[in-house]
Amino acid sequence: SATFTPAPAPAPARDQFQEELVIRPLHSGDIYASFQFRTLWDTDFLQERQKKVSHYRLFPKSLGQVLSKFSVRELHISFTQGFWRTMQWGQPFIPSPPGAELWVWFHHTVSDVDGNWKELTNVLSGIFCASLNFIDMTNTVQPSASFKPLGLGNATDHRFLRYATLPREIVCTENLTPWKKLLPCGSKAGLAVLMKSEKLFHSSFHSQAVHIRPICQDEQCTSKAWELRQTLNVVFDHYTSGQGKKEWSLFKMFSRTLTEACPLASSSKVYVDITDNPELFELSPATHLLSRAVVLGDRRTYSVYDLTRAETFGQLRSFNLLLRWKGDNMLRPLLHAERYVAGFGLQTGEIHTVIYNNHPYRAFPVLLMDSVPWYLQLYVHTLTVTSKSRDNKPSYIHYQPAKDRHRPHLLEMLIQLPPHSMTEVTVQFERALLKWTEYTPDPNHGFYVGSSVVSALVPSMVAMSTNFTQDQPLFSSFVPVKEESSYFVRVYTEPLLVNLPTPDFSMPYNVICLTCTVVAVGYGSFYNLLTRTFQVDEPSPPLAKRLANFIRRIRGVPLLA
Amino acid sequence: MSNDFLQMHLKAVMSCLVIFLYKVHTTKAGQFFSSGHTNNWAVLVCTSRFWFNYRHVANTLSVYRSVKRLGIPDSHIVLMLADDMACNYRNPRPATVFSHKNMELNVYGDDVEVDYRGYEVTVENFLRVLTGRLPPSTPRSKRLLSDDRSNILIYLTGHGGNGFLKFQDSEEISNMELADAFEQMWQKRRYNELLFIIDTCQGASMYERFYSPNLMALASSQVGEDSLSHQPDLAIGVHLMDKYTFYLLEFLEEVHPASQANMNDLFKVCPQSQCVSTPGHRTDLFQRDPGSVLITDFFGSVRKVEITKDTINLTSPVEPPIQRSGSGDIQIESLTYVDQLPVAEIIHQKPKQKDWHPPDGFILGLWTLILLVFFQTYGIKHLKHIF
Repeated sequence: SATFTPAPAPAPARDQFQEELVIRPLHSGDIYASFQFRTLWDTDFLQERQKKVSHYRLFPKSLGQVLSKFSVRELHISFTQGFWRTMQWGQPFIPSPPGAELWVWFHHTVSDVDGNWKELTNVLSGIFCASLNFIDMTNTVQPSASFKPLGLGNATDHRFLRYATLPREIVCTENLTPWKKLLPCGSKAGLAVLMKSEKLFHSSFHSQAVHIRPICQDEQCTSKAWELRQTLNVVFDHYTSGQGKKEWSLFKMFSRTLTEACPLASSSKVYVDITDNPELFELSPATHLLSRAVVLGDRRTYSVYDLTRAETFGQLRSFNLLLRWKGDNMLRPLLHAERYVAGFGLQTGEIHTVIYNNHPYRAFPVLLMDSVPWYLQLYVHTLTVTSKSRDNKPSYIHYQPAKDRHRPHLLEMLIQLPPHSMTEVTVQFERALLKWTEYTPDPNHGFYVGSSVVSALVPSMVAMSTNFTQDQPLFSSFVPVKEESSYFVRVYTEPLLVNLPTPDFSMPYNVICLTCTVVAVGYGSFYNLLTRTFQVDEPSPPLAKRLANFIRRIRGVPLLA
Repeated sequence: MSNDFLQMHLKAVMSCLVIFLYKVHTTKAGQFFSSGHTNNWAVLVCTSRFWFNYRHVANTLSVYRSVKRLGIPDSHIVLMLADDMACNYRNPRPATVFSHKNMELNVYGDDVEVDYRGYEVTVENFLRVLTGRLPPSTPRSKRLLSDDRSNILIYLTGHGGNGFLKFQDSEEISNMELADAFEQMWQKRRYNELLFIIDTCQGASMYERFYSPNLMALASSQVGEDSLSHQPDLAIGVHLMDKYTFYLLEFLEEVHPASQANMNDLFKVCPQSQCVSTPGHRTDLFQRDPGSVLITDFFGSVRKVEITKDTINLTSPVEPPIQRSGSGDIQIESLTYVDQLPVAEIIHQKPKQKDWHPPDGFILGLWTLILLVFFQTYGIKHLKHIF
């Protein structure tokens, strides 16, 4: 008799969750806190042979369904309030422009990329409670060289890339609430308990982002895993805005302390940047765990607090970090960019983009991407690039002119920056007169132009490691490192606010009133005078007289008047 | 005979008592089932933009807060705020919107979900939400998915006048449009009963033109009267709430999900001594007696629970089979990350193959002109030299 052994149940796809918080005191007295939450899932949404994924554990279902429905290969969305001041604060771990930014790489099997893009923006606007449905063809571009995928893959046909930015978009608690709901522990346990909106939005920079991409599952990199990174960067400026002393604690920053790690997290750590210690500040509670990482071209040392270990919380079962400042330190970033509008009046203007290379002896190329809305009509023949007051010809220019009400301008240039120099890119433009229905309800506020993006491989002072390990801290493993001598960085400039010639919106009402008055009074009276005839009309006689006339008619006697 | 009389009298009294008790029993039970709705929705709209209209956002958020507290979930609330006050740069306390001075009550809270914000709050979007005629890609949170058993609460606030309500200082909705939208909703059976509350100047003019059944309306002032704002806060610098909604919020704070307060209590909110304007209401289109309509029929989502004594067997979860072994043999070569800034590749990039488009009208016209001039000049006989 045959024995029947049931087939072993297939193991479900493994997923893991890591959370970390990096605190970097800035030399101006402010504090930069960067939260990163990463969910790693060994599955493939886009594999054809596999049945549809229906069992979600740590990965949020709303995002998983979006990925499989629209065949998304990579998705990056960020909401930022405030502008990152590179000169005072250095480089951020994850850069983002003010407002909302969304860039998506679609899978090469997609036939209608524009249709998928339109539906994707609508779905994301519902998920994040933001007005992303304003992203349409008039503010979407297809960069040809910038925004290469940050995840795995070899095909980089830029027809499948879409980039859009909404510089006017506001970030507030209604965007933070659904963002927190995507985390496995929500905001109830782990590092996310520190996210109280009243403190987070009372800061000079607040940025929350979601990054989804496929990455290597292990060191051999034979199969893919999906990575979802939720990052929240915030810079507290209570000292520079005059509200506090140069002394920081977790309780002062977030009005909460940590009591436990997220039970679903495989690793939960707090890193504090102590590279400039002990001269700069004093840290308590002290810890012996140190970690050295090369991040943004610099070797930094971090004190590590492991929240999965119970002794971190001490006797009070609460973990509160305290920093007391002692000295000052200057930090000079190697690459920095700014942008402004020059000119006067409401007809013409000039956009100036200034890029600084602060490296003492190395020159390196940067890729500048500018996306200007169609109502600022650029004159490309006036485009000049000057470095050190000499003409600097870019080695690659890609310009796609705008089509009124259809497409924005796209300008991408690869410029070589000489060492220790300032490069200025200027282009003149003319302001268009919009149709009166195209103005926003508050047109005198102005119209926003999205930030320019400067992407560069900056030479690094310290050799970066190209090995990929699972235990690497999250903040140093966001951008894949291909060579040791340089690191990839993206710098965003300020958005611009330009005034377009605005009509006086009360005028239609005034014109209608005036015209109707003139027509009624002037033309109406004239028409009446010309066409009206007057007839004499006898009033009807009173009853007595009528009766008397009747009797007289019978008698045959002449009637009364 | 007196005995008989007494007996008859007693019987009469007994039967009266029985009938009385029966009536009481049926009204209580009747009340429980007389509402006839199975789900609740709320559409809360603030139509004003700019910082000095802070009070309209605070009005809407205080009704949102009450409605959420009494049980309607976020998925059943469509909240439309025309401007952002909480994270406005003028707000001295970011991420807060206060309703009482001295910053006592933050109605913005920590858990708010705004569905339509900023420029999205337009007359067109409001009417589309009400009638359900939205583009197919609109997400669920932006839709009013009500059915014929839904009780809907609609709250509007902003600046208004006799017969109109201003949206964002650039367009208006008239009372006829609103009445027609409600009629469309009735024809499509999108509501069971609807409560309409409006807090604007001359608000009563907005409900004058309603003609669909099962509508009850409240307004903060009559035609010819202005609705006034309540109190400013000196730290924030603007008026925080309107008088009518302020007293409405105070009234609603006393209501809890099991309370028996009815619509007659709501009509008494903010009499002229407190509000300066005369609040009005309209109940002629409503079928039930307002005294029997509970506040929680519209403001809360009291769900009716069915208790069952049967056991239900849950099926075991289905594990998706992973064919990893099959694909592993094919993919031997390791995957790599893409170069972020491949300078050499960018410089030598071939120009993109653009999709072919048929020649534009201008080009065609130009060629036609050239050909015409050529044949005019040289005559048609030269055609054979070309073809």
